[in-house]
Amino acid sequence: MKKPPEINTGSMADISFLLLTFFLLTSSINTDMGIFRKLPPPPDPNVKPADIKQRNIFTVLINKNDRLLVDNKPSDIRMLRQQAKDFISNPSNLETLPEKKLEEIPYLGNYMVSKGVISLQNDRGTSYDMYIKVQNELTAALNDLRDELSMDKFNRKFDELSDPNFIEAVQKAIPISISEAEPKDVGEQ
Amino acid sequence: MSDIIFMFLFFFMVITTIRETTLIVKVKVPLATEVQKLEKKSLVCNIYAGIPNKKELAGSGTRIQLNDQYATANDIGDFIATERQSLDEADRRRLTVSLKVDQETKMGIVADIKQELRKYNALLINYSTRKTTIGNLFTSK
Repeated sequence: MKKPPEINTGSMADISFLLLTFFLLTSSINTDMGIFRKLPPPPDPNVKPADIKQRNIFTVLINKNDRLLVDNKPSDIRMLRQQAKDFISNPSNLETLPEKKLEEIPYLGNYMVSKGVISLQNDRGTSYDMYIKVQNELTAALNDLRDELSMDKFNRKFDELSDPNFIEAVQKAIPISISEAEPKDVGEQ
Repeated sequence: MSDIIFMFLFFFMVITTIRETTLIVKVKVPLATEVQKLEKKSLVCNIYAGIPNKKELAGSGTRIQLNDQYATANDIGDFIATERQSLDEADRRRLTVSLKVDQETKMGIVADIKQELRKYNALLINYSTRKTTIGNLFTSK
């Protein structure tokens, strides 16, 4: 019996290399990540904005030169995280810092939920980079608080929690309370 | 030899996604530490903003890119409507808009985009960022 002729596979490596380079160039590793936010619904002219007590508001202003004004005092981005944490948690129940409301939260029991709201305002001339840095620091402050609470109650960090009930409980105890003011036209773009 | 290369090839095909849109604006998203991964790619639509690649055609100011072309903030309503159409009824409320905005951009244009999104009730947004460590955040750009 005659042997079938062998197929030359030497060029196979070249072809697959070519394909490999093609895919390497046309594709990107899926690394889409970022900071999540929920925008407020469009303002309803019939509904009056709720009155919030002054002690419950923590204002963060960013001007067009990317300078910060936190609670009417100039501040630095490096200090913002601690300031926001102190504000929301109000550890020594000061009169000037936000009120707390006792709430019954499943899996946590009675918890003093802070009524503090962080109000973020920026100028049209603020750089996006600075804005994201501030958003990042404020998120970090809330995440830190969530981590602390989660460590205390469930012995794990917040993002290591696996039970959705626990996650929901912590989210309820420390909500992401960052509100952005309606944009105002001040300063040039 | 070719087996190994083919293995590489399949590996890359599985973990990567083909870029759907070619960028016509320069986008280098800012750095952040508190990032979350975007799940459910099918529910995400992208809005890009940055300085055009071809300045002689589109000027040197910041422009918005929707799909494959330049757009203004007024086009966002139509864009969101089309994106919604392509989703299932049940998923429409979960549409997430990923804002891929260059770090040099001024907030004015971002505020315009956000106002449009609110107007058309696309409220879930994601500020696209690169992940970094704390040490890098305040020193490098």
